[in-house]
Amino acid sequence: MQLYSTHLLSVILFTPLVGALLLMFVPRESANLHRGVGNLFGVLGFLVSIPLLRHFPRGSDAYEFIETAQWIPSLGAHYALGVDGISLFLIMLTTLLGMLAIVSAWNSIQQRTKEFYILMLLLQTGMLGVFLSLDLFLFFVFWEATLVPMYFLIAVWGRERRLLASLRFFLYSLAGSVIMLLGILALYFNYAKALPQNGSLTFDIPVLLAAAHNFPDSLKIWLFWAFFFAFAIKVPMFPFHTWLLDAHEEAPTAASVLLAGVMLKMGTYGFLRFSLPLLPADPALRAKIIHVVVVLSIIGILYGAIICIMQKEVKRLLAYSSLSQLGFCTLGIFALTPQALSGSLLQQINLGISTGALFFLVGMLYERRNTQLVSEFGGLATPMPNFAVIYLIITLSAIGMPLLNGFIGESTLLLGIFEANKSWAAWAVLGIVLSAAYFLWLYQRAMLGTVTHEANKLLTDLTPREYIILIPLVALAFWIGLYPKPFFDRVSNPIKKIIQQTNPAFYNQQGSDTAPSEAPYIVPPSETTNSSSPTKSAPKNRPQHAGAH
Amino acid sequence: VTPSAYFLSHAWLVPLVPLVTALLVFFLGRALPKSVISVLCVASMFLSFAFSLGAILQLLAFPSGARVYQQILFDWLVLPGLPVGNLVTPLVAECGYLLDPLSAVMILVITGIGLLIYIYSVGYMSHEPGYYRYFGLLNLFSFFMLTLVLANNLLLFFVGWEGASLCAYFLISFHFLKNPALQAGLRTFLVNRLTGAAVLLGIFLVAITTGTVRFTSEGLSEPHSSIGIFQVFTAQLNQGILSSGAPILTAIALLFLVGAIGKSAQFPLHAWLPDAAVAPVPFSAFIHSAAMVTSGVYLIARMNFVYQLSPFAMNTVALIGATTAIFAAFLALLQTDVKKVLAYSTLSQVGLMFLALGVGAFAAGIFQLMIHAFIKSLLFLAAGSVIHALSGESDLRKMGGLWNTMPSTSRPFLIATLALAGMPPLAGFFSKNEILSHVYARSAGLDGYLILWIVGVLTAGLTSLYIFRLLFLAFFGRSRVPVEIEGHIRETPKAFALPLMVLAFLSIAGGWLALPVLWGEESPFARFLAPVFPSVSPQRATTSFAANSLQTEYVLMAASAVIALFAVLLAYNIYIKHPKRHIRIAEALSRLTKWGATTNTADNLYDILFVNRLKDLSLFLYSFDLKIIQGLTNSATSRAVRLLSRVSTWWDEWIIDGLFNFVAKVVKSFSVPLRMFQTGSFSSYAVLILLGLVILLGYYGHHVQYIVRNAH
Repeated sequence: MQLYSTHLLSVILFTPLVGALLLMFVPRESANLHRGVGNLFGVLGFLVSIPLLRHFPRGSDAYEFIETAQWIPSLGAHYALGVDGISLFLIMLTTLLGMLAIVSAWNSIQQRTKEFYILMLLLQTGMLGVFLSLDLFLFFVFWEATLVPMYFLIAVWGRERRLLASLRFFLYSLAGSVIMLLGILALYFNYAKALPQNGSLTFDIPVLLAAAHNFPDSLKIWLFWAFFFAFAIKVPMFPFHTWLLDAHEEAPTAASVLLAGVMLKMGTYGFLRFSLPLLPADPALRAKIIHVVVVLSIIGILYGAIICIMQKEVKRLLAYSSLSQLGFCTLGIFALTPQALSGSLLQQINLGISTGALFFLVGMLYERRNTQLVSEFGGLATPMPNFAVIYLIITLSAIGMPLLNGFIGESTLLLGIFEANKSWAAWAVLGIVLSAAYFLWLYQRAMLGTVTHEANKLLTDLTPREYIILIPLVALAFWIGLYPKPFFDRVSNPIKKIIQQTNPAFYNQQGSDTAPSEAPYIVPPSETTNSSSPTKSAPKNRPQHAGAH
Repeated sequence: VTPSAYFLSHAWLVPLVPLVTALLVFFLGRALPKSVISVLCVASMFLSFAFSLGAILQLLAFPSGARVYQQILFDWLVLPGLPVGNLVTPLVAECGYLLDPLSAVMILVITGIGLLIYIYSVGYMSHEPGYYRYFGLLNLFSFFMLTLVLANNLLLFFVGWEGASLCAYFLISFHFLKNPALQAGLRTFLVNRLTGAAVLLGIFLVAITTGTVRFTSEGLSEPHSSIGIFQVFTAQLNQGILSSGAPILTAIALLFLVGAIGKSAQFPLHAWLPDAAVAPVPFSAFIHSAAMVTSGVYLIARMNFVYQLSPFAMNTVALIGATTAIFAAFLALLQTDVKKVLAYSTLSQVGLMFLALGVGAFAAGIFQLMIHAFIKSLLFLAAGSVIHALSGESDLRKMGGLWNTMPSTSRPFLIATLALAGMPPLAGFFSKNEILSHVYARSAGLDGYLILWIVGVLTAGLTSLYIFRLLFLAFFGRSRVPVEIEGHIRETPKAFALPLMVLAFLSIAGGWLALPVLWGEESPFARFLAPVFPSVSPQRATTSFAANSLQTEYVLMAASAVIALFAVLLAYNIYIKHPKRHIRIAEALSRLTKWGATTNTADNLYDILFVNRLKDLSLFLYSFDLKIIQGLTNSATSRAVRLLSRVSTWWDEWIIDGLFNFVAKVVKSFSVPLRMFQTGSFSSYAVLILLGLVILLGYYGHHVQYIVRNAH
């Protein structure tokens, strides 16, 4: 238990990996044993992560639960893990969806069960590693490590065009990664070049980014775009989204869920973590770059949403809706206001919940009917009333109805975008209206009306396992929708820190009384890696209002 | 604070009770018998109503200037860092409620009429499948409506706003196996979603201008005091940061107006309301009277100080109201379906409310809202029992002569008709008169408002005409009911009769709240509401309260009564005395009536203009995506890969292989002269080797020396 409390993050990170290693020793024939072990470690992976949420100090704006160890001393690469308010919820989302995805595959995967569970568990460790790493080298290793299991999950257990889809997924992601690798090396060597006397080489993320803050703009631009491409492909942003359509359509349900729910968020996480600090300092230049990203996001929002309206295949529709909805998230990130950032982060979690659940639901339909065409469904609410209710709740969450999580996320996000630029918000709002149109219309066509196909009349309603998968997501949707305070309590300070670092004008233009009293941005390397929370501030009282009197 | 504030401090129960009931019904409804559901729902609504009544009575006990009770239950949303003025403050939206005269009237109307509609629904829906679903949704709808009017801040208000549209969507699509119901539901929802987005933007604008979303800080104690939209705006006005007619105020007002137009079904976004007639009748009655369409009016009334500061927005409100009022009244005249007549009538009457708001007569608008709620719910419920008795037939051309067969429906219907037509001394007379007299008073100060007054008077006449047409066609004259149905016509069950009687009483007596107007005093109802509508704009104070003289008032009253009477006579003449004439008129105007009766005209227009274009765009973009974007990116990648492979092939062929070949060729070419040396004799070989060695050593030795020298 001592090990657990001091190495919480390592435990979270490697529990799935241990499961994968164990599975390697299980004989190939015993499929049920594979399932058992896979499920056990899937559940275990979630359970060990719960203390993280419980013990994470609310209001902290620094990395917590830090673990460091030398890894490759000659390069300065460490095994360094840490969690802050930004990665906290993404990690929880990963462990939760990872568990549910594994649970959901019990019946749907019949072939090569051993390899399937091994890959699922490996994938989970990979994704967790991306969110947990504090070392750029380690980050890149995990970033790449997620590609391989996903590639095989699509290529082996996918549908008809799986080979093309997996290849496309792999090539696109790899192209992004290669450029990012160049960016990482450039960052590393430029840091090394400016290294003071007797300083040591390092891949430490906060240190490198702090150093990058002082790089000349000409260099920062290159670094920004190098990282940007990798993340833009991963998110995906328009026009890099084409791999997503095939990947979603062909992937097995469990992989789709993790792809849509977690893997895409690796891109937005990257934007938050790396791209924002790499924005150039020159306001005009910065505005130009932000403009490009924002325009791409808005195109993505509207383009994806409009295409969704007439889409005939459910999974393809969900893929385009991902493009549209993640456009909000990237728009929010680059709006650079506290609301926009926290809204964007919350919306990433919300999308994990709603899109994840939608892929589960579609998968359940696919298991019953073996088709993804909307026209094959119709009137399903009659044979499957409980399915219809849960699907409805998830749809409402996805279109941002009050009392559900989507409403909080969308309105926070929009408020932040509105604050940054009113016309951006106007475009984004249009996307929200369209999302209501296509999601509800999809729902009507699939669920309501009379049953149009003979085959649909005898469909069975949800099974207990399916309830187990869906209920937590529905409960989370309501929880965040009704009482989002715990979330904001934990993210608002880290986000404030990001804004102070990347958009200091936001706080400075408001007068001297709020000038950041926090520690200066550039902290000596030794301090950032060791101290757990140098500026832990008590929950702030609500400031008195100035305008009223 | 007075000692007796029990109901005020427990007013959060008013929306909570329907919510809890809704959850109970949703979760247990399938297992419970209908009678239990009925009792549970009616009892819960009664509880809400009782608490509303208690709250308003306790509010009345406060001194008239201090009738505000606000309570914050907990912090719901605390959004980080909103910069306002010199400070970056978190934006706080509490879960809290505001009870002032305006919201008190609203909850009383919603729960009161809601209660009657619940009772009526027990009878009306008893044979429908999905009984529990209906009541669950109805309770949820009530919850959202009550949240909307009780919320103490804009974000919570917006929860109610969106939630109400959502429940309306479900209830309009209640018969979810039928396509028209689904379509109407989706249309309703999308129109409301679209306009709701404008409201959201308006809320954001308020939030970043004032740093708060709380309506007012009145009634709050220390830690929360001084932060309210109203207070901040007033302070900014006093400091000269804002001035009347500032663009930001107009923008806020217009954004909210867009929302109100959508929700209250005003021109040009009115089409969803007539479509929504596919909903179960009691629910139609609810959204047409107390709920849903009133929310737009409520929003404008609640944000009245913003509107007062934006003359342009005010004029727009008045203009939209007047347009809708007369346009819808005219269309109501052309309908052949009872529910459609009533739907257009609602549009027209809500238009009058907008007109009232637009001339700054906020209290008159709310008065009209309340009176109209009584009358319209009565009309709808009575029409519902007719439709029920005729086995679902709602076509006016297949009715007639029901006066004596359905006495307990036809009598209340007559009262509602008289009230809506504005016959003194029924309720409608007072509410309509309030509005018209304010519009007239306003016309003295501003050019162009006289036209609005004329429009209002004409609307009153048309109203009287179409509602009496409805009455005569449905209840008088020869019966045109199909024979197979006629035998089954039966008076409706008790559950129907009680709400009708109560509403009939209210339609008569409700207006007497404004009785002192007759002898030149201010209406007590308006006086009760006055603190909610403080005059914030100096310009407005000078113009709008220049009330009419008593004589003018009498003339105006007489004029509107006469016009209404004249319209009744006209209707009598056409529809009773000379029934053939009406058929002839209908034939003569057949094209017009056909156009008017197809309510889908506006829908079709939207379809042609927007919906179908959007679908085309969707298909176009999809093929664009497949062919161009995917083609480009995929072919770019594949081309890149191919190019890479070609480069590497080239590299392989020309550089790697080439190098070898080159070396080989060089060797070969060298071999040509060398072959000459291949004499086969050992001695000549030995000489050559020696020679070569000397040359090599000499050459490299020089180099080695050079390198070694440089190293030092």
